Amino acid sequence: MGLLLSFFVVIVLVLLAFGGVEAANLQYLFGIIIPYAAFVTFIVGIFYRVVKWGRSPVPFRIPTTAGQEKSLPWIKQNKIDNPSSALGVIVRMAFEVLLFRSLFRNTKTELREGPSLAYGSAKWLWLAGLAFHWTFFIIVLRHLRLFTEPILFFVPLIESLDAFFQMGVPLLYITDVVFLMAVTYLFFRRVLIPQVRYISLAADYFPLFLILGIGVSGVLMRYFFKVDVVGAKELTMGLVTFNPVVPEGIGVIFYIHLFLVSTLLIYFPFSKLMHMAGVFLSPTRNLANNNRERMHINPWNYPVKVHTYEEYEEEFRHFMKDAGIPVEKEE
Amino acid sequence: MAVQPKVPKGISYPDELSKVDYKPPEKAWMDTPVVLKPNMFCWGNKEKSLKAVDFPNARAWSVADEDWKLPENWKEIFLEGIRERLDKYRTFRLFMDICVRCGACADKCHFFIGGGDPKNMPVLRAELLRSVYRKYFTGSGKALGKLAGARELNIGVLKELWYYAYQCTECRRCSLFCPYGIDTAEVTIIARELLNLLGLNIEWIAGPVANCWRTGNHMGLLPHTLRDTVEMFKADLETITGVKVDYSFNRKGAEILFVNPSGEYFDPNGNITFMGYMLLFHELGLDVTLSTYCSEGGNFGFFTSNEMAKRLHSKVYAEAKRLKVKWILGGECGHMWRVWHQYHNTWFGPVDFLEEPVSPITGTKFENAKSNKVVHICEFTSDLIKHGKIKLDPSRNDNYIVTLHDSCNVSRGMGFFEEPRYIIKNVCNNFYEMPPNTIRENTFCCGSGSGVNASENMELRLRGALPRANALKYVREKFGVNTLANICQIDRAALQTLADYWVPGVAIRGVHELVGNALIMRGEKERTTDLRGEPLLGKEGGENV
Ligand code: HEM
Ligand code: SF4
Ligand code: SF4
Repeated sequence: MGLLLSFFVVIVLVLLAFGGVEAANLQYLFGIIIPYAAFVTFIVGIFYRVVKWGRSPVPFRIPTTAGQEKSLPWIKQNKIDNPSSALGVIVRMAFEVLLFRSLFRNTKTELREGPSLAYGSAKWLWLAGLAFHWTFFIIVLRHLRLFTEPILFFVPLIESLDAFFQMGVPLLYITDVVFLMAVTYLFFRRVLIPQVRYISLAADYFPLFLILGIGVSGVLMRYFFKVDVVGAKELTMGLVTFNPVVPEGIGVIFYIHLFLVSTLLIYFPFSKLMHMAGVFLSPTRNLANNNRERMHINPWNYPVKVHTYEEYEEEFRHFMKDAGIPVEKEE
Repeated sequence: MAVQPKVPKGISYPDELSKVDYKPPEKAWMDTPVVLKPNMFCWGNKEKSLKAVDFPNARAWSVADEDWKLPENWKEIFLEGIRERLDKYRTFRLFMDICVRCGACADKCHFFIGGGDPKNMPVLRAELLRSVYRKYFTGSGKALGKLAGARELNIGVLKELWYYAYQCTECRRCSLFCPYGIDTAEVTIIARELLNLLGLNIEWIAGPVANCWRTGNHMGLLPHTLRDTVEMFKADLETITGVKVDYSFNRKGAEILFVNPSGEYFDPNGNITFMGYMLLFHELGLDVTLSTYCSEGGNFGFFTSNEMAKRLHSKVYAEAKRLKVKWILGGECGHMWRVWHQYHNTWFGPVDFLEEPVSPITGTKFENAKSNKVVHICEFTSDLIKHGKIKLDPSRNDNYIVTLHDSCNVSRGMGFFEEPRYIIKNVCNNFYEMPPNTIRENTFCCGSGSGVNASENMELRLRGALPRANALKYVREKFGVNTLANICQIDRAALQTLADYWVPGVAIRGVHELVGNALIMRGEKERTTDLRGEPLLGKEGGENV
């Protein structure tokens, strides 16, 4: 249900943009108003969510320790997977965010006759996840060409590296291919692995279709239905310089692409995509494992009712005395 | 001769039980109401156990009954409980929000691996609560309902939450693999707190908590019983080693307070570990005291609520203060060390009435424990060995072909891997590791942690133990391993039954039992048996060689 519905919602979004621009001439709405609204929602929304998370304190220092702790001096600590210092935490987080360290641990459990359990290597999710995120990131960086004048110095550099194979006209970007393949893989694994399918919600299919839609419309625009790039840049520069203009005849596919991106920006803060910000805040990863060495403060720590020694001795004094165990009070 | 498996009553044979189908059913999980399967859950708490610690809704109830006798406004209480905890725990709020359902954690849980129930996939275990969170605390859940993965809280959902909160051993294996570190153990901890607001605990946890509150230990051992028990150990040790060991309870002015899990006084397997400590302390002439008031290092309060955990453990520092010791040494126990390591300092710090721990034997400063002043016995002992301060004869453990089970709590809540290994390698001649995917940070739970080591849920425990047992079987077949060493009292009490079923012929042993066997003591007679009274290799038949 979630799958089909998500698919149709994305189709409807495409049709909306198509109809809006082709039939109703709503270029201004789809090219200017919605993108602005989306951008504001994105920024404000993320800010709101992060502040909301940040308001809940971290009462306990509970890192998941994934290697040898700091112990006696002659025992080798695993300073990255079980950091005891701020630097160690930074390195651990960098590994998580840039390389998906934890996902790299992934294994696949198999139960064979015997019974005998085997834990096979399962790096595909890690690889596809990494490929998806990195290409997404590089593609976003490449888009800065549209939003800066003069174009930021590193953008052409990325572009030339990305078009390394020098194939096709216009030059084929490696990231485009890898990106589409990775998203497709993520989709198929979600549908084909029974357990993953079982846990999947509409909220899992929708971003995949949406992102796939963005990718496909982008690729179509670049390689197939050529749009007026000069016009597109005029529009995007207009947006960033707060001088919005709608040049004539950019091509409807551009507006579809832009509308899907706007939808993603609006959807982002209210969805699981917030994992982007969340991963940085995760207490099982971003805390040093030095609890016995340094006191971690819980802002809401409060005194609790305890059973005191005096109460204990009061109840058991005669047993203690009989057993020759020292007591505080004789009677 | 192959040893036959010991099959507990009402349980099918291993070859039957190990047929697990991982394929989830056709029907969506939200449309599949929970079935409370016998042998998979623990009995509900008794009225008196909750009363003893002033917990709400203390009443007689039974899990099998339709009516769980909840307060009129149970839903409000539960939802208000969620609200409060969202504001108190960043973990909770974040973990409710950021799961992408990638499924990386799904086949990492021993209960899913051994049972195949899809709701035992960590992600789904968390979704059980997350779906309620969405319904009442998120806009999309309120507006879109089921489509957004949200569902109404009703009695069926509550029962489901209860059932699966006590089918999680809080082992954190899932959290190791999650790209965002989502820790389903933390979600379970909070789910159990919420359930306890309604008086929905299990007796296997609530009973020990009530005991611990009153008598200082889970077993409910009174001061004289504790003394008599240790006196008995002393007599046994004299028979075996010829040495009269000293010990003391509640002795003021001792340098060190030693606190251990009380199961070691009670459980025959744990007893011997305790005897190992006694020999070691005596041989070192350590100025150490036990306490009857603080006769429990473990903390079943931790399986109830964070507040209850703190209530039970305040006695550790209170007693250290009263006895005016310098620092605290802790015995072999898993969840005890998770709590001591990750929570104590925050609850009770700053611990400025004790001194930074220094080994009186080697002079080593335990830098990593300088703030909360508690040292793990394995840190202490491995330091002794490193400095050559004790004499060891590993051949006295030659009967044993040993592997080490890393307990979840000290593994993923501390990172305690080399210390026990270093000790074992010095006290035993035969040590083999289980496969890398099943040890250290990847270790598998015994299947009985977090207070679910009862007998009425034996099928659950056996299923949960399958991955551990399977790795054990591997080294048994390959290297002839016959001993599973560990540093956890729940392991010692629980794993024997599970090993007897899955891998018959393997004995469960505490690390300090092996230390006690190997320790050469001043004035000892020639040992012919180990601490269990079983003949040493080459000393069978009892004749003096
Ligand atoms: C710091 C930045 C980010 C990090 C560290 C990160 C990390 C991850 C990881 C580890 C996964 C699980 C593996 C996978 O399914 O690929 C994941 C999933 C996902 N991420 Fe990100 N991510 C980040 C930012 C983003 C952004 C900006 C987007 C898109 C707008 C995004 C979209 C997704 C989607 C759609 C999935 C789910 C894929 C599926 O359904 O299987 N992520 N992310
Ligand atoms: S590994 Fe983490 S993000 Fe993935 S399904 Fe499990 S809890 Fe969710
Ligand atoms: S903490 Fe352990 S028992 Fe609980 S869900 Fe995670 S893997 Fe399973």
